[in-house]
Amino acid sequence: MNTASKSTAPAAKKGPSFKRRLSNAFVSLYDINKFILRFFREAFLPPFELKEVVRQCYETGVRSFTLITLTGFITGLIFTKQSRPSLSNFGAQSWLPSLVSIAIMRALAPLVTALIAAGKVGSSIGAELGSMRVTEQIDAMEVSGTKPFKFLVCTRVLATTLTLPILATYTAFVALLGGYVNVSVNEGTSYTTFMEQVFEPLTFVDFVASLSKSIVFGFTIGIVGCYQGYYSTKGTEGVGKAANGAVVTAMFLIFVEEILIVQIAGWFR
Amino acid sequence: MEKGKTNIDYKNPVIVVRGLEKAFDDYRVLRGIDLDLYQEENLVVLGRSGSGKSVLIKIISGLLKADKGEVMVFGNDISTITDMELQELRIRIGFSFQNSALYDSMTVRKNLEFPLVRNRKGITRKEINTSVESVLDAVGLSQTINQMPSELSGGQRKRIGIARTLILKPEIMLYDEPTAGLDPITCIEINDLINEVQQRFHTSSIIITHDLTCAKSTGDRIAMLLDGQFQRVGSFDEVFNTSDERVKPFFEYNFIQ
Repeated sequence: MNTASKSTAPAAKKGPSFKRRLSNAFVSLYDINKFILRFFREAFLPPFELKEVVRQCYETGVRSFTLITLTGFITGLIFTKQSRPSLSNFGAQSWLPSLVSIAIMRALAPLVTALIAAGKVGSSIGAELGSMRVTEQIDAMEVSGTKPFKFLVCTRVLATTLTLPILATYTAFVALLGGYVNVSVNEGTSYTTFMEQVFEPLTFVDFVASLSKSIVFGFTIGIVGCYQGYYSTKGTEGVGKAANGAVVTAMFLIFVEEILIVQIAGWFR
Repeated sequence: MEKGKTNIDYKNPVIVVRGLEKAFDDYRVLRGIDLDLYQEENLVVLGRSGSGKSVLIKIISGLLKADKGEVMVFGNDISTITDMELQELRIRIGFSFQNSALYDSMTVRKNLEFPLVRNRKGITRKEINTSVESVLDAVGLSQTINQMPSELSGGQRKRIGIARTLILKPEIMLYDEPTAGLDPITCIEINDLINEVQQRFHTSSIIITHDLTCAKSTGDRIAMLLDGQFQRVGSFDEVFNTSDERVKPFFEYNFIQ
């Protein structure tokens, strides 16, 4: 029996105490609030980095485009397919386009877009800024008389905030197309009839809520990715953590915001 | 290239540091630093890794805040000036980073243009091109203009990093470990470049290094940083002509001996 290995085995590492972790959480909350306030203070004061904002919008859109097209179409297709048996039980297949449109416009399109963008764009922002931080590129900008916060953070947050509503609208369109393909194959419904039924149950509040959600999600993805990357430490390990933290935190916040906005939109219906 | 004659103005310090202290958690890195950098002087700060050399120049450039003490750059107290004033002051200070800190996503041309277009409002395309070509010529790397930083060697990256700081025509140059990680021949080239920059652009420089060859060939004055304080300051021979057991090994273990 190997007793030596037992005696020399390292003692289990004790993690930080609950009190310490709670304190760290409050410090992080304070820091991220300061970061958000700084964004609002700097983003809307000249000089405006319009060229960089446009470049970042393009990057955000292009990075997510293929995946969003694929995911949006499949979501619409599968949702329609899975909903059909339940409606068939009540002989209500004709309500399928209305059900699909409500589900897609109110929840699925903004949510699916945001989750994909959090994975693709948020992680990329976190890793990019994290890498710039650890290789001193952000410091280099600062000492050369450029405001890195304005150039790197404000532009990216504005880009995600502006691009996400456009992407969500596109996702809704593609998802509805997926739904139409399924309905058309099974029921032989024409495109015009399908679209009429799609828009019938939707109200102005649905569009506003969906748009507001996308704006909030876009802002969240941008600000969380930038925060994680901008303050990343500990070399390459820190870059990985920044990318991971950007995705996990953004996804968590997106679900919390989804619940809140659904509640608020419910009061106006 | 041997270090040429310089016109150091010993009456006119461009940087004055008094009683500078800095700690990270419980570790006191700098424990009361006093320093004067004169016009057109190359001051070398020597010290072991982790002795706080880089921290010192990061405080001087405003990247880090001191816990205690005073840092005056061109008569401006770094700790009390506004963000706008600090930004204007930074244009007069060039900072060459240890790992060059070139922007990965930009070509050499874009790297060099970046500080220029941001700080010289109304500059024309022709002026930008002239400035870029001029600094690239100064560091002897005109052929790399359209390359990406990832395509450059370590020595080339260092040179482009220096060129990027020179494009704003700084009056002070701060070099953070300019020869770290380079082969001996490239080290000599970088040392020559530092001397050339001083003579051609009349800059005052602080050179952070632990390389004695670099210190000897570029420094007008050497300051030895030990235990958070400057223990010896003077010419190369003055600093190392000592029986101080903390300084001697530094010299003895270096290949220059």
